[in-house]
Amino acid sequence: MKAFKGKAWKVGDNVDTDQIVAGRYLSLTDPEELGSHCFEGAYPELAEGFAEGDILFAGENFGCGSSREHAVVALKALGVSCIVASSFARIFFRNCINLGLLPVECPGAVASIDEGDEVSLDAEAGKIEDLTKGLLFEFDPMQPFLDDILAAGDLTSYVQKRLAEGHAG
Amino acid sequence: MGLTITEKILARAAGREMVEAGDIVRVKVDVVMGHDVTLPLSILEFERMGAPTVFDREKVIAVSDHFAPASNIAAADRIKMVRDFAHQHELLHYFEPGCGQSGVCHALLPEEGLILPGSVILGADSHTTTYGALGAFATGMGSTDIAAAMALGETWLRVPESLRLYYRGELGRWTSGKDLILHTLDRLGVAGAIYKALEFCGPMIEKLDVSGRFTMCNMAVEAGAKNGIVAPDDQTAKYLRGKTSRPYEALRSDPDARYAATFEFECQGLEPQVAFPFSPDNVRPVQDGVDVKLDAAFIGSCTNGRIEDLRVAAGILRGRSVARGVRLIVIPATQKTYVQALREGLLEVFVEAGGAVSTPTCGPCFGGHMGLLAAGERAVSTTNRNFVGRMGHPESEVYLASPAVAAASAVVGRLAHPQEVAG
Repeated sequence: MKAFKGKAWKVGDNVDTDQIVAGRYLSLTDPEELGSHCFEGAYPELAEGFAEGDILFAGENFGCGSSREHAVVALKALGVSCIVASSFARIFFRNCINLGLLPVECPGAVASIDEGDEVSLDAEAGKIEDLTKGLLFEFDPMQPFLDDILAAGDLTSYVQKRLAEGHAG
Repeated sequence: MGLTITEKILARAAGREMVEAGDIVRVKVDVVMGHDVTLPLSILEFERMGAPTVFDREKVIAVSDHFAPASNIAAADRIKMVRDFAHQHELLHYFEPGCGQSGVCHALLPEEGLILPGSVILGADSHTTTYGALGAFATGMGSTDIAAAMALGETWLRVPESLRLYYRGELGRWTSGKDLILHTLDRLGVAGAIYKALEFCGPMIEKLDVSGRFTMCNMAVEAGAKNGIVAPDDQTAKYLRGKTSRPYEALRSDPDARYAATFEFECQGLEPQVAFPFSPDNVRPVQDGVDVKLDAAFIGSCTNGRIEDLRVAAGILRGRSVARGVRLIVIPATQKTYVQALREGLLEVFVEAGGAVSTPTCGPCFGGHMGLLAAGERAVSTTNRNFVGRMGHPESEVYLASPAVAAASAVVGRLAHPQEVAG
């Protein structure tokens, strides 16, 4: 989960969660069904062609709008396990952490990498490489305050641990 | 060094003397709310977490409002899941249309006296920021965060930097809180306040009624903000009277509190504002849109479905009809608002004008049900978002405006300044 290699896909600034999964599908909870509507109407080629290991690059404020966690569920079902953006909307960022989808802020990489480039990302080293262009970008690894949650695996596992320790109050 | 109201609330909830922007704090929460779109995912996670029950059955609140009354069988299943969860854990507050008090969650909770100044409110919905209008810290989160808060009664937060938004001037006859917040989004942009607290203040905000403050805090999230907040004052106290007798402390920012930036807005003479497709910050005065022909007008939602909004809309629609080719949908945001509008004769005005009036639901605002748009159609809407496909087909268009502009536009058949219709 910490290292990825594949093709770069690009989307623009302010991609909202309605584009990731539209409101009319929000009565669904099954990940596969949600994934089948991911980016529907907005980025059909991406929805069709995205493969495991590929990396999504986005501009400013990715995931803005609704708090719907369905957006992260749908992206994961599409095969997205890492998103590199110039910046993230805050609820979406939390949802990524909580569901184990890696959000990376690296505006430099977003500016230089083109769609279709061969890219790799090492989360622990904080490095993104554009193998097509021979460029290297660095980013800050995850902030330590999230360590407790990340160490537990995800938020649900963290809460399980807290409850087991009797810290429910 | 002084603290902002947001910092004071979070310090208190964290059990600390003080906090600073950037601190990560673990805070106790006073209300955890979710609805029929987000709670089903929370419930699945809550069950995986293995908590025997919720941390406090008075503080965990469930509202079926988005797809309710159930729009299809999948929605009926989700609503049942929420209803069953509420019953199983004996939640004191579960709301659904047809079961007593109900309504769009962000209009409903304040009306039911469930939001107090100085409290910490988490909602599995981005427009949870609305409650900041009463001087609470209120923010939206995803379903799993909400599940954790339902189990533990706490959450972690990064204390946000505050932006001080200071408003001067007098509102004109046809301008409202909606126009102020659209004007604000025009200046800040949709990414202008990511992670930040928006503190609305100044003489204009002091004069603005609580309903207008709800509208402004509702759309704080449209600038990317973590919360919007207005310091509680006499208007807040008056609003709360009769709704709750629980005590609260009216916190205010210190004069020497630290802000990331201050924005001043001179709003004297501000014209009604409209956000054009496809972003809430694509704002222009309504006069720039008078060539935009419309197929639909929607008046309602957590942004503008309160009684004050319906009064303004009815004032324009009284004795007039919707333009040929335009369909008008009006949805009072809560059951109490519905009854009040009924008593005041407002619903009669809407129906006689040719409009359709529905029981409270979020339906049209998020493209869920109750009047979606077809390809190529255009709507003026008093809601909060006009993203691609927000209210229906990806090739439909939504223009965000105040109830006054929406009502006038419904009469004329294109975007219209209310004075065109009502003088």
